[in-house]
Amino acid sequence: MRRYIIRRLGYSVISLVLLSLTIFFFVRVTGDPAVLLVEPGASKADLDQIRQQFGLDRPLFVQYGHFVSALVRGDFGQSFYYRTPVLELYLSRLPNSLMLAAAAMALSLLIGIPSGILAAVNVNGWWDRIGKIFSLLGLSLPSFWVGLVMILFFSVYLGWLPSSGAGTISHMIMPAFALGWFFAAAHMRMTRSSMLEVMGSEYVKLARLKGLPERMVITKHAFKNALIPVLTLAGINLVIMVNVAVVVETVFAWPGIGRLLYEGVAFRDFPVVQATVLLSGVMVVVVNLLVDILYAVIDPRIRLER
Amino acid sequence: MAINTRTAPFTAPGRLALLRVSGFPIIPAAILVGIAFVAIFAEFIAPNNPEIGTLGDRFRPPFWQAGGSDAHLLGTDHLGRDVLSRLIFGARVSMIVGITAVLIAGVTGTVLGIISGYLGGWVDQAIMRLTDTWLALPALTFAIFLAAVVGPSELNIIVILGLVYWTRYARVIRGEVLSLKEREFVRLAIVAGCSKRTIMIKHILPNVINSAIVLATLMIGVVIISEASLSFLGVGVPPPKPAWGLMLADGKKGMMAGYWWLTVLPGCCIMLMVLSANLLGDWLRVKLDPQLRQL
Repeated sequence: MRRYIIRRLGYSVISLVLLSLTIFFFVRVTGDPAVLLVEPGASKADLDQIRQQFGLDRPLFVQYGHFVSALVRGDFGQSFYYRTPVLELYLSRLPNSLMLAAAAMALSLLIGIPSGILAAVNVNGWWDRIGKIFSLLGLSLPSFWVGLVMILFFSVYLGWLPSSGAGTISHMIMPAFALGWFFAAAHMRMTRSSMLEVMGSEYVKLARLKGLPERMVITKHAFKNALIPVLTLAGINLVIMVNVAVVVETVFAWPGIGRLLYEGVAFRDFPVVQATVLLSGVMVVVVNLLVDILYAVIDPRIRLER
Repeated sequence: MAINTRTAPFTAPGRLALLRVSGFPIIPAAILVGIAFVAIFAEFIAPNNPEIGTLGDRFRPPFWQAGGSDAHLLGTDHLGRDVLSRLIFGARVSMIVGITAVLIAGVTGTVLGIISGYLGGWVDQAIMRLTDTWLALPALTFAIFLAAVVGPSELNIIVILGLVYWTRYARVIRGEVLSLKEREFVRLAIVAGCSKRTIMIKHILPNVINSAIVLATLMIGVVIISEASLSFLGVGVPPPKPAWGLMLADGKKGMMAGYWWLTVLPGCCIMLMVLSANLLGDWLRVKLDPQLRQL
């Protein structure tokens, strides 16, 4: 167990190093990094000062050392636009992103799990077909377009919901739906295949042999076991949701980290862009690590493997 | 025709016959061919110049609504540009970006996947650690970052999307190579004294090409949506070039006034193209590659 965790930790550290190297590499190698790191409209003297400050005339590995030591200290630089440390800015926006992701996740599970069960219980029936069309649409419709059309319909024509901003529950409905839509399709397919697998298992056969009514078999015996992989996927998807919400947050002017990234790009606020990308990667690496360790704790087959 | 095939049951069916029996998705394929045709001959089909408009003709609705005219069948945008013409030229942008980016991602990912899977050892470790790390970066976020670094242009977007998506190929292809490696024909090739390069090119590559093609069709939809998202955010194809994502961003300006056609129409085009590509990819997956069925 300990060996497994140590190896897994090692992989994560390598991933984090490669992550910082990737970001560092693209910033330094493609053109003049001073132009990115200096505020838009800066003078020649400012440029020189930035070169001095970041040691851009020094060898690359020295520069990388500085870069990493700053990151480890939690120093992601200063935002040009907001004039505050980027990390502070990021952390102040994070709760909004988490809230939106949680709402979108709840929605996607509310839609995905029941429809997945219905599809699995009558395979190739009309419910299954509707489900297939639904999941295909989920994959093929850009989430931001779903958002735009919803604004057009519910805000402009009907005037029921506010088109942008945050604060009340009604502000959250449309962004949560636009974001959750794609994931609802994924959760539906997962529920369906997981249910199908469980329905063919020995203990479900036994439950049927006992003479339990089909409804009881499905709800009491099959559903609970089928739920495990779905919830695992949902857990990982929650992190992905936080990080893919850029376009949806932009459409609805939702003040989360996605919107922060967009502002960073729009205002040419490079420290913000760099920090958001780095922290997104860190978040995914850390959550993957936690999920793997949790798996190993639950399932001895994994930790004893190899 | 029908009698002919029935009286000669033992002849192998030709390629076209194969397509016919197995539920070939004819409508999605026709839509894709149609979009490709429109994209190639955009100059001859589009009624107006897509990049130049008349400011006096701003926000004209489609022809069937009050105020619309035959001059602009699908209306005009905030600069008075013809929406239909922009949609037609937009198909070209989506096609070019979608196909070339997938090609770059596919070739890079397949080559690295084969090398990683076949050679193993530290090469495998190095490539796979990089793949894992890049997969950890959310694709769109990574693409936005790269676009912010190198600046937006059509060529940059293609390279960026290629860079962002090759990792998915590398993962899948490497997995296949690992199982191919243990097969008889590869062992025989080693015994026969083939060099590693020959084995990878002559024996491994032909066996993973089906998976690569299936992945490519499934990936085109993802890449097109990514391009539209980047353009929508202002880091994709730069204006005034007509890209569907850019049209959606422009359309937002007229949305509150109820100019629905600027928002609805470009999105419908994206949906039509991505849906068709996905349906075709789904069919190909079942057809060409039983191993990928549960993907």
